[in-house]
Amino acid sequence: MSATTYGWLVIAFPLAGSIVIALGWRVWPGRAAGWIGTAAIFASFVSAIAAMVMLQDRPADSRELTSSLWEYASAAGLDIEMGILVDPLSVFMTLVVAGVSTLIHLYSVAYLWTDRGYSRYFAYLNFFVFSMLLLVLAGNFVLLIVGWAFVGFASYALISFWYRRNTATKAGMKAFVINVVGDVGLMLAAFFIFRELGTFDFLAAFEAAPDAFTENEGVLVLICLLLIVGAFAKSAQLPLHTWLPDAMEGPTPVSALIHAATMVTAGVYLIARTHPFFELAPSAADISAFLGLATLLFAASVALAVTDLKRVIAYSTISQIGYMIVAVSIGAYAAGMFHLMSHAFFKALLFMGAGSVISAMAGVQDMDRMRGLRRAIPFTAVLMTIAALSLAAFPATAGFFSKDEILGFAAERGGYFWIVVVGGYLGALLTGIYAFRIIFRVFFGEPNEEARALEGGEQYHAEPFNPATGEKEDTDVGFPGKHWIAEQAWPMAAAMSVLGALAVLGGYVQVPGVDELITKFLTPTFEASTLFEIHEPTSDAWLGLGVGGVLSIIGIGIAYYLWVARPETPARLIARARLVHEFLVHKWYFDELQDALTYRPMIALGQFANSVFERLVVQGLVSGAVGLVRGFSFVVRGAQSGFVRSYAALLIGGFAALGLYFLIASS
Amino acid sequence: MVEVAFFVGAIGALGGAISVIALRNPFYSVLALVVHLVSLAGLFLLLYAQFVAAAQVVVYAGAVMVLYVFVAAYVGGAEEPLWEPIPGQRLLAPLLAAALFVELSIAVLGTALTALGDEGPTLGASFGDPASIGELFLERFLIAFEAASLLLLIAAVGAVVLAGRRREASDGG
Amino acid sequence: MAVEWYLVLSALLFATGVAGVLIRRSPLVILLCLELMLNAGNLALVAFSRSNGNEEGQVFALIVMVVAACEVVVGLGLIVAMYRRRLPLNVDDLRGLRG
Repeated sequence: MSATTYGWLVIAFPLAGSIVIALGWRVWPGRAAGWIGTAAIFASFVSAIAAMVMLQDRPADSRELTSSLWEYASAAGLDIEMGILVDPLSVFMTLVVAGVSTLIHLYSVAYLWTDRGYSRYFAYLNFFVFSMLLLVLAGNFVLLIVGWAFVGFASYALISFWYRRNTATKAGMKAFVINVVGDVGLMLAAFFIFRELGTFDFLAAFEAAPDAFTENEGVLVLICLLLIVGAFAKSAQLPLHTWLPDAMEGPTPVSALIHAATMVTAGVYLIARTHPFFELAPSAADISAFLGLATLLFAASVALAVTDLKRVIAYSTISQIGYMIVAVSIGAYAAGMFHLMSHAFFKALLFMGAGSVISAMAGVQDMDRMRGLRRAIPFTAVLMTIAALSLAAFPATAGFFSKDEILGFAAERGGYFWIVVVGGYLGALLTGIYAFRIIFRVFFGEPNEEARALEGGEQYHAEPFNPATGEKEDTDVGFPGKHWIAEQAWPMAAAMSVLGALAVLGGYVQVPGVDELITKFLTPTFEASTLFEIHEPTSDAWLGLGVGGVLSIIGIGIAYYLWVARPETPARLIARARLVHEFLVHKWYFDELQDALTYRPMIALGQFANSVFERLVVQGLVSGAVGLVRGFSFVVRGAQSGFVRSYAALLIGGFAALGLYFLIASS
Repeated sequence: MVEVAFFVGAIGALGGAISVIALRNPFYSVLALVVHLVSLAGLFLLLYAQFVAAAQVVVYAGAVMVLYVFVAAYVGGAEEPLWEPIPGQRLLAPLLAAALFVELSIAVLGTALTALGDEGPTLGASFGDPASIGELFLERFLIAFEAASLLLLIAAVGAVVLAGRRREASDGG
Repeated sequence: MAVEWYLVLSALLFATGVAGVLIRRSPLVILLCLELMLNAGNLALVAFSRSNGNEEGQVFALIVMVVAACEVVVGLGLIVAMYRRRLPLNVDDLRGLRG
């Protein structure tokens, strides 16, 4: 079978899984839904591998394959097909997405074992994977937008999975609304592309682009800016990032999958895919790069201050995606994709570990209450440390190679991109600090109550409650009735182990100067790109790696100092820089800013419309018409008096009037 | 000579008409109408409508008015109350009547039909004879003639039905 | 005598009849005024007949007379019926058409 057939299979398996689970949820015995879902995604992953193999069999210059199932629209100059594009970039993405999704499905089987919404969860999760794969395999902008929208819906459905929780549903709505803003940007971009180039098809559009546009032409910059809006909304970059921390209301595996490894990388994929446009409009690309840099630093700073475990990891995600956005904006496509892959590994692992920790804490997510858990949940502790090392780009981990390659490329481009380099290394230092902030706060120190209970062999039980507000929970929908930790459930442990291995070993596919497998793999897609050819000399690359490694160790050291060696220091620092701390804890007041800029004016407008326009104009018109008719009928009713003589008078009067008219008319 | 006759007839007709609407007692109004009808018959004679004049006197003033007299006697001449319940009617009525008169006069006097300005063509001796009228009735307007007689029949039957005594109850209702 | 004299007289008689219908309240008198109007019409018809030299106007006038007679018969029947049922013989008191 050809690569494109495998491509269709990649999409078909999750869709089938979702439908089968959804339609037959009463029929499947026990917890079969979870296994069905996991099997579907695993089949998809196998198909993705097969697709890669088939693709690599072909000669290097014919590795961009399209395949269309049917024509969607073909009229008046429109020519849209239901078609996929199987080329190295999309295959790479499908491998990452399907692979990590399989592991997360496996993890969820155990994590949500006692949840009453089990089948619903797996139906949604499979649907999500289907949409994400559709998004990356799409061969034209229309199908891309379809996948984009589906992914947004799946994200909403999964964030508000425990829908009896007020906070969860609000978070879901917030995510969806901000995503829609991105959708609008993407759609407008697609319209403009169609208007300028006459086609929605990727390959055709990219081929026509250099001839149709001059460098930095107005329309092209507009298109790229709209694409940036779409990408930033989906990837949670400044200023459309506010939904991601709130999206932590969803179950932890959802956070791991959607908001770490896959959906939020859709924006990165979009920019990488439409790189011909960005290369022709360097100003837009630079805007994207610097916004990514700003996001990177902003999120890292906030991650130093917030205390909810999952939210720290969420801000870390925002920060790391900032790195990826910078990478694909400045032309380091292979480096960006590499970082995407390694980030998927260690971030998913980090979230999985967090899930285990939260279960051990019986639902508590507040790090202030976590202490000394390393003897209680040793396996989780080890694996989370591995993930944190990779996140902090400790030498020899996957994160080490990927993050520094981006900064090396930026240095190679030179000029004002040195700002990126400096900012990136500063971010790396902060990353090291906050990553180990988590580890040291949660696992080190004197064991707290829950930890002691676990060491004694029993799990701490608590009344079900909402971690965000502390109010008592309505468990009718089902929250994990029993909290599962990795030490007890083998699926969780298995998934985490695989990711742990990948987080360490995954980096060796792209060691500078030794084997640059990813670059070689992605070359057919980026052949026409001028920036792709920029290659830094190996010695410079190793220098950059060295600097990165040193910074990461310094960061870990600082974290150790603050939270293990001298634990009273953070409190003193906070007391001395109270304002700064408040600013960081409130996430630089972005939520309040968005509230003031968009929400309040809309509400005010709506109220104005209601009180003035609706009440006076619309209601007034209607009432006025009614009053008019009523008055008129009152007048007419007066003529029905019953007096025959009045009727006769009216008759004669009318006759006289008629006669007058004829007299005048004939004169 | 003709003018004198005309004015005599006209004044009679007009006087009778005004008396009809002005006299309080209905009985007197009936009598005034009789005067009016006879004057009109005179005017018809002036217009060479002998048969019509005769019919007017015999049928109209003779038969129809007798009917009126009978009913007026039967019903009684109750005088009408003075107070007018419909506001403005006392003012409106003469006004409307005057308006109507003025319009008709303007129509007649200001018309482009110049033939109205003179007496009319010289007529044959048998103009207005019963014989010529009869001919017209039985030849050209036969259907109208028959329809009129049918109408009379229906009216007579209708009147009997309307005014007849009810054999059932509700004699006083 | 020019025909227009007769016509103006006819208009005057007609207007008088109209005034009477509008002013008087007894049904009997209203019928009388109706007669006035009909006769005014007759006068006009006969005058035109004279002016055209054609007897058709007179025939028309005779038919009008027949119709008037029928109408009087029915109207008087109504009045007698009203009197029999002891209804007030005053059109203002008979307000069944009110609404």
